[in-house]
Amino acid sequence: MEFLNVVYSIVPAAIAYTMPLLMGALGGLYSERSGVTNLCIEGLMLTGCFASATTIYLLQSAGVGFNLAIVIGIVVAMLAGGLLSILHAVAAINLKSNQVISGTAINMLATALTLFLAQTITGSGNVTILRGIIRSDVPLLSKIPLIGPLFFSRTYWTTWLCLAIWLVSFFLLYRTSFGLRLRACGEHPSAVASAGVDVHKMRYIGVILSGLLSGLGGACILVTYAGEYNSTSGINGLGFLAIAAMIFGQWKPLGILASTFFFGLCMTIANMGRVIPLFQSIPTGYLGLFPYVATLVALVASSRKSAAPLASGEPF
Amino acid sequence: MKGRIDNRPLEARKASPLLVSLSAVFLGIVAGAVLILLIGKNPITGYDRIIFGALSNVRRVGNTLGMATQLILIGLSVSFAFKTGLFNIGASGQMLMGGITGSILAYYLPYSMPRPLYLLVVIVASALVGALWGSISGFLKAKFNVHEVVSTIMLNWTAYWLVYDWIQRFIVDPTIVVKSKPIEDAHTLRADWLTDITNFSTLNYGFLIAIIACVVIWFILNKTTMGFRLKAVGSNRFCAEYAGIKVNRSIIISMTIAGALAGLAGLTYYCGYSNIMEMGKMPNEGFDGIAVALLGNCSPVGVFFSAIFFGCLKMGRGSLAATGIPTEIADTIIATIIYFTATSVILTNFWNARFKGSFTKKEEAMTLALEKQGRVGVDLASLTKDERKALVKEGMGLLKAKRQAEKAKEAK
Amino acid sequence: MSHVIEMIGIRKEFPGIVANDDITLRVEEGQIHAILGENGAGKSTLMSILFGLYKADRGVIKVRGKEVEINSPNDAFDLGIGMVHQHFQLVHNFTVAENIILGREGGFVYDIRTASRKIKEISDRYGLSIDPDMVIEDITVGMQQRVEILKMLYRDADILIFDEPTAVLTPQEIDELMQIMRNLAAEGKSIILITHKLEEIKAVAEKCTIIRRGKLIGVVDVAGTSVEEMAALMVGRPVSFKVDKEEARIGEPVLEIRDLNVLNNKNVLGVKDFSLTIHRGEIVGIAGVDGNGQSELVEAISGLRKVEGGQVVFLGKDITHASIQERNELGLGHIPEDRQKRGLILAEPLSTNFVIKEFYKEPYSKHGILNQDAIMEYGEKIIKRFDVRSGEGILSLAGKLSGGNQQKAIIGREVEADPDLLIAVQPTRGLDVGAIEFIHKELVSERDRGKAVLLVSFELDEIFNLSDRIAVMNAGRLIDIVDTKETDEHAVGLMMAGIKKEADSEGQN
Repeated sequence: MEFLNVVYSIVPAAIAYTMPLLMGALGGLYSERSGVTNLCIEGLMLTGCFASATTIYLLQSAGVGFNLAIVIGIVVAMLAGGLLSILHAVAAINLKSNQVISGTAINMLATALTLFLAQTITGSGNVTILRGIIRSDVPLLSKIPLIGPLFFSRTYWTTWLCLAIWLVSFFLLYRTSFGLRLRACGEHPSAVASAGVDVHKMRYIGVILSGLLSGLGGACILVTYAGEYNSTSGINGLGFLAIAAMIFGQWKPLGILASTFFFGLCMTIANMGRVIPLFQSIPTGYLGLFPYVATLVALVASSRKSAAPLASGEPF
Repeated sequence: MKGRIDNRPLEARKASPLLVSLSAVFLGIVAGAVLILLIGKNPITGYDRIIFGALSNVRRVGNTLGMATQLILIGLSVSFAFKTGLFNIGASGQMLMGGITGSILAYYLPYSMPRPLYLLVVIVASALVGALWGSISGFLKAKFNVHEVVSTIMLNWTAYWLVYDWIQRFIVDPTIVVKSKPIEDAHTLRADWLTDITNFSTLNYGFLIAIIACVVIWFILNKTTMGFRLKAVGSNRFCAEYAGIKVNRSIIISMTIAGALAGLAGLTYYCGYSNIMEMGKMPNEGFDGIAVALLGNCSPVGVFFSAIFFGCLKMGRGSLAATGIPTEIADTIIATIIYFTATSVILTNFWNARFKGSFTKKEEAMTLALEKQGRVGVDLASLTKDERKALVKEGMGLLKAKRQAEKAKEAK
Repeated sequence: MSHVIEMIGIRKEFPGIVANDDITLRVEEGQIHAILGENGAGKSTLMSILFGLYKADRGVIKVRGKEVEINSPNDAFDLGIGMVHQHFQLVHNFTVAENIILGREGGFVYDIRTASRKIKEISDRYGLSIDPDMVIEDITVGMQQRVEILKMLYRDADILIFDEPTAVLTPQEIDELMQIMRNLAAEGKSIILITHKLEEIKAVAEKCTIIRRGKLIGVVDVAGTSVEEMAALMVGRPVSFKVDKEEARIGEPVLEIRDLNVLNNKNVLGVKDFSLTIHRGEIVGIAGVDGNGQSELVEAISGLRKVEGGQVVFLGKDITHASIQERNELGLGHIPEDRQKRGLILAEPLSTNFVIKEFYKEPYSKHGILNQDAIMEYGEKIIKRFDVRSGEGILSLAGKLSGGNQQKAIIGREVEADPDLLIAVQPTRGLDVGAIEFIHKELVSERDRGKAVLLVSFELDEIFNLSDRIAVMNAGRLIDIVDTKETDEHAVGLMMAGIKKEADSEGQN
């Protein structure tokens, strides 16, 4: 029973850690499938985290209902991410700039700008919200033995939102004309152009979707486990973990779901290792580096067959 | 290198990398000013304070150079990798690894060691460990095609946690717990004569290391077969491979040297500038170095000057406190400058269009002047520079008159 | 008869070049109308304007007598204009049906089954025999071209543009395509055929518009004009496409390939049990449709690709696993297939490009330090000898040169290094007749100097013109090696499709 209790405590936490990664990776997928390399997921997520933190903090202090504030905060986070991603879109699509450099510039811009604004708003560089999302059990389903406690007890509602978005994305990518065109843009843009579809428009949509989703991912970090925008550690490279998860998931929604859950588990071990008897003797530092090393190993393992979109990173 | 250029037709000037960089700096400063205005402060006071903080006396200049030291080395590291087509955004991690090596050695090596020998040991050791850390990314790229941007970031965080553990394990200050014990002066890179002439600033031997590194890297890139190989791989790895250059080996070499440079930056930072290491702190300088490299067009000379510019920003911002402008404005300006360097196509096009415009105008003026002198059909390219200058001077008046006449005609 | 297409006074300028200068084209309904011109003459630009990919700077387009604006391929589709591009516009990992409906899915959530049924119907009607559920990367090049044709028909196009459609086909596939085109014309479709191949025009077209360096030269009745006359109009001077060369003086073997097996990018065998010997003083041409293992073979010989099994022996030395540098030093020269990707560093000056294989040797460097003077001197020599023209001489960036001069620079570099074996892959692709003649002459002179030359080309004419012996490849296998004088295009064409003469066909099937 000892073991089962550990599992019961790890899995729900891992699911919470998975969702921001899932949104970031899914965002990366939209962008890369449209043919734009997007290394600024980190910056976009950070922006989302900051924007939601600030919005929720201000609203909650102003006496707006906790839950309403959270909903508005998430919307603002998505808009902020979407807005910032336009900078990358302009650089990558219209100006045909080096997409790696542009992405890095946006990461740095996000770090500096959010910090600058946080200093201006709170004076401390950290923005802490009064209350995040209260976990709740899913009616009926949480009563199922084994599965209930694992997946349906004490869940955040954002988890269901993220999973719904994942499901819709699946449908969008593989069943609709939008998905067909988007995927074609990432493989052979001139074929798309010669079929009378505006490649630039598709790529803009791809990049902006990545901004919206990363923004949402950043907000999820805040309203679930973090509770604050922290200026010193930011989001600890989660955006890059998301990109790694996208690569490890072979640019496919199902693969991404699996790989982000794997990384979510690693994050859980890193953060909760102290309370798991099995890992108690391992020093904090080594637990902390575990997800990053695991990522490197995963990337090496998946290097054999790369399913990267052929035209990703190629200006058109 | 002189090329024989015979009878080249006259052409409009093209925007030089320097002009583009300066334009990016200008735009970054403007963006910073707009931000300061947005939060209701005065940008002129802000920039005045930054300049004051960076350059107002010899000590501040010393501190600025002390800060620039790391930036030069990181800038070189990023530039060197970039020449081989690699984007090293893992300088922070390499820097941490070099820094922790230097700090541990500073703590454990006996004070009885002769100073030159001690310096040699820490310099070599931290460069080596930095090189090792950088080479991991190179190896992963060469062998498994893992994108170096992702792998260097992962290694940054790996280094972050390793250093977290090692500070705690080996060099922790028991009274503060989250910091290392400050390194004794005798085991830092501080030099009395540098400290003396700059009135106790942070300037140290690291600055000399940085200058030497600039020269060495310039030499490697421009004068050696190794530089030839690395640049060939960076410009077109397929052609390099076809020509028999070992691409994978070049990638590993490039990342190793980049890592060594960043490792040295860690040494100069943690054992010369701050002399202390904090647990759980990712050094920002690793990312600032990207800005330094891009702004300096990845050339060692450019890196040197752009590092000093960024050093001014980073030191000068300390004097902002009284104005109420958050010091992070400096980082925002740096990030904006990188974005404009990344999208430099706009700047280049802007300048080229302007040059083209003024060139066409001058050409027209010269033709008018020649017509007036009765020398129709003379090839402009065959004239000397001074002759052309005189013609432009003469023709500008004629052109103005012609334009006015045209306007008058249109008005009718 | 009425004009279905009229393009009048079309002008299109790109930075530094006038691609179309006051060109007029009139196509009659139900006819096959050819546009003839050299590479770079401006044919594709003209068609891209008609198809809405470029916008003309000046000029009028009329379709069925009505003046129209074509701003995008969608406008072109709406006017019933379709185009088969020279480089197929197909997404490699999509199915045939997905590629065909792309851009015309017929609803946000599309119905692939109904679309597939319609595609099958059209395919059957025109005898194209295409399975809509196949994935593009799994079907042959000839089939891919028929998918492109289906794409137009699916969009109900009745004005069909074919841009250099035969470049990638075997002679027999070309015949089939010609028949398909005749069928389409018989159904009332109007066809514009862009090509630089005169026999094809002779075979199917009724009228021919000739373009040279962006200018309209004339419109001729194909039936009443000889091939020679058309060629002269195209180039601007009488040309003979035959290469003058003496009888080969064949010497000792230079390269021996024994039972070679090489993997391709999909990790399956791209070259299978391939054996071939090349001697001094001969040009051996490899004939085959693109993608039948030629690239893999050349990469295995030059060291760019790992060998799975078999042996490559060069001048008596086993070089199967030797490094590229070792092979270069032994005397192997290589004019690569893609001159911009592999052949040159476009962002570097010519001086760097000329010593890219030699820089580490004396006198270009000593103890790891470069000697710029020696490098410059060597480069100047190549520029002079091979007449490489550029704006700033030796310091010009390779990317600033014209295609012909880029190729001259590569050939200059390779020939100057004095190799014993010169591999030339598609050495004249995309070049004008002047440059083609120059390059052919160089290859023949290498052969006459007692070097061995291995020529890979998808242009059968080029293979026949230059080679002393022809080795035919299909699906990675050597089908046969034949003496050029004892064979003809028809026989080689059959072998390119994998069919060997009846007498010794037991190896087949």
